[in-house]
Amino acid sequence: MAAVQETVEQVRRVGADQYKYGFVTDIESDLAPKGLSEEIVRFISAKKNEPEWMLEWRLEAYRRWLTMTEPKWARVDYPAIDYQDLYYYAAPKSKAGPKSLDEVDPELLRTYEKLGIPLHEREILAGVERPEGEERPRVAVDAVFDSVSVATTFKEELKKVGVIFCPISEALREHPELVRKYLGTVVPASDNYFATLNSAVFSDGSFVYIPPGVRCPMELSTYFRINEKNTGQFERTLIIADKGSYVSYLEGCTAPKRDENQLHAAVVELVTLDDAEIKYSTVQNWYPGDENGKGGIYNFVTKRGDCRGANSKISWTQVETGSAITWKYPSCVLRGDNSRGEFYSIAISNGRQQVDSGTKMIHLGKGTTSRIISKGISAGRSSNAYRGLVSAHRKAEGARNFTNCDSLLIGGACSAHTIPYIEAKNPSCMFEHEATTSKISEDVLFYCMQRGLSQEDATALVVNGFVRDVLQQLPMEFAVEAQKLISVSLEGSVG
Amino acid sequence: MTALLEIRDLKAEIAGKQILNGYDLTVKAGEVHAIMGPNGSGKSTLSYVLSGRPGYKITEGQALLAGADLSQMSVDERAAAGLFLAFQYPLEVPGVATMTFLRAALNAQRKKRGEEEMSSPDLIKRVKELAKILDMDMEMLRRPVNVGFSGGEKKRAETLQMMLLEPKLCILDETDSGLDIDALKVVSNGVNQLRSKDRGIVVITHYQRLLDYITPDVVHVQSAGRIVRTGGKELALELEETGYARYQSEAA
Ligand SMILES: Nc1ncnc2c1ncn2[C@@H]1O[C@H](COP(=O)(O)OP(=O)(O)OP(=O)(O)O)[C@@H](O)[C@H]1O
Ligand SMILES: [Mg+2]
Repeated sequence: MAAVQETVEQVRRVGADQYKYGFVTDIESDLAPKGLSEEIVRFISAKKNEPEWMLEWRLEAYRRWLTMTEPKWARVDYPAIDYQDLYYYAAPKSKAGPKSLDEVDPELLRTYEKLGIPLHEREILAGVERPEGEERPRVAVDAVFDSVSVATTFKEELKKVGVIFCPISEALREHPELVRKYLGTVVPASDNYFATLNSAVFSDGSFVYIPPGVRCPMELSTYFRINEKNTGQFERTLIIADKGSYVSYLEGCTAPKRDENQLHAAVVELVTLDDAEIKYSTVQNWYPGDENGKGGIYNFVTKRGDCRGANSKISWTQVETGSAITWKYPSCVLRGDNSRGEFYSIAISNGRQQVDSGTKMIHLGKGTTSRIISKGISAGRSSNAYRGLVSAHRKAEGARNFTNCDSLLIGGACSAHTIPYIEAKNPSCMFEHEATTSKISEDVLFYCMQRGLSQEDATALVVNGFVRDVLQQLPMEFAVEAQKLISVSLEGSVG
Repeated sequence: MTALLEIRDLKAEIAGKQILNGYDLTVKAGEVHAIMGPNGSGKSTLSYVLSGRPGYKITEGQALLAGADLSQMSVDERAAAGLFLAFQYPLEVPGVATMTFLRAALNAQRKKRGEEEMSSPDLIKRVKELAKILDMDMEMLRRPVNVGFSGGEKKRAETLQMMLLEPKLCILDETDSGLDIDALKVVSNGVNQLRSKDRGIVVITHYQRLLDYITPDVVHVQSAGRIVRTGGKELALELEETGYARYQSEAA
């Protein structure tokens, strides 16, 4: 009991102080007036020089949103959000659109450096040390600061193989036909309250197109940073993998410590055509609020992938450690015959964090398969729910799913819930579900400590062991980062 | 010279039940002690009290490691100070590769003692040497700690950890149980390599056959939570003949 009690104490001390990305960048911003109206939607669209059809699309979403109500079914609890008290557009003031990295405000470059994301083309993201001589893997980065993308690296090199990687605002101007063909086809503008809001006011995000038969030569990644106060971040990401192509994409995010809650309502749409594959990884580290639940990001995100083509594959891997509230279900629509969806998740909640996350695997095509591995870890006074749906359409002959949900509890004041829904309309499908909930074993902690590990290190080691299956799915560099992040989010000073 | 381990009139309880009843034991550096005694006499309890397992409470008396009061140290501090317990029932740590575990443990101890960490290549080299001595497959060390290991494999793995960590005081709690005849020789050989003038070893066992390989300097008989008789290595042979019956009645 003593050991667990101490862990609880430690976890209690964690909170605001452990969040090392909580600084604010002092930079002048262009802000749209507070509040939401048709005027604001028009303002955002005009700022981005969007085509007329895009404005219409936004306005339609906005009108639709006015008729909708906020969903209340998730196991999360928060005071009502005043949508008129937010800024919907904030952009660092700069000479219109930097043409190269040299033109980016040095203050911004410093910010990303501080976050461990150097925006130089020769460096990689994570500070992993490698033996001398071994080549560092390169990663192309799109950096989004509040409502705008401030820099995208390796664009030229990617262009050579036909890969388009740019801010979505730029894609709307340079590749309008591609954006128009796919935008809103996975997550319709009317999909849900937050997605509809996003459709009306989204400001920036990344656009990726991989041409047929191309294996993207490097990892692509986007780093989101909320800086401005009272600002919602509504980014939109659209990734299309054309026939027989492959891309691995990573998303990361941080925000300053602020006493007010901040709203983040993103939409991510993925499309894979025949034989294509997208591997999408997220390391979510938004500010979680302090130990009393003050401040923190509301992370209400709609992420969905459409395996449109036969034999295509989408795999979501997420490490969720931040945010005051997480409401997020990265999903796969398995439309193409023999397509495959995967969901690997580590969700850690601590302090007063609330997580309601999981996935949906919608089997429409014949011979479709899916796999779900979810690891939930609750500590402090947090609540952590896995919510999942696996469904098979009448035509989904031979569909198969395997689900494994494990929850680990640290201390006695937190909670974990598993809420699986299964709907099989075709008698030939096979769905398997396994779930476990356990407390971190005091005997195992004692064993580790008898070998010399401190309480924190022992806990981190046990937790890392618990999430190993999922960590292995991350690209190596990010797995190392994620492992560190897991230690930091659970303990005092474990690094 | 201060003894390596000095236990004086130690009384300890678990869940309100007193198990150790005035325990006295002195182990000097360079000595090997064997503790024998019937099931439930508190041999494992002694090892847990010394290593600081949560729930085990000292109510009276003292236990000193090289003069330092163990009751004032946390579990990991005791480990860093050189106390190692080879568990009677080693625990499994799912998902953590044995090699990772060894590195974490060794470097945590070194860091606490203000020593430099061992580099990965050096560590791998050292572990390979030890695995060879203990006739263990390196493949096993890539698997999670003790997960799916057979009883005997777990005991070998405990011995490997002990040899890598080079503790000052080794407590082996029935390390021989679960070992086949060949494994017993291999593991004993490993333990014997640890015998040195700076180190103390306490082996808890039920059987003479282990002591055939690890020859003790002193043999103790423990009954009902304390030592009731102490002798040389011939005492173990005598016990083999007579059993514990007379000690149990003596203690009662
Ligand atoms: N958690 C507990 N609560 C109550 N009694 C306990 C607890 N743990 C151990 N005991 C008791 O303490 C006594 C000593 O146990 P211990 O495991 O130390 O014996 P041992 O000498 O190692 O026996 P063996 O030779 O079988 O390994 C036993 O009677 C046991 O039932
Ligand atoms: Mg025992």
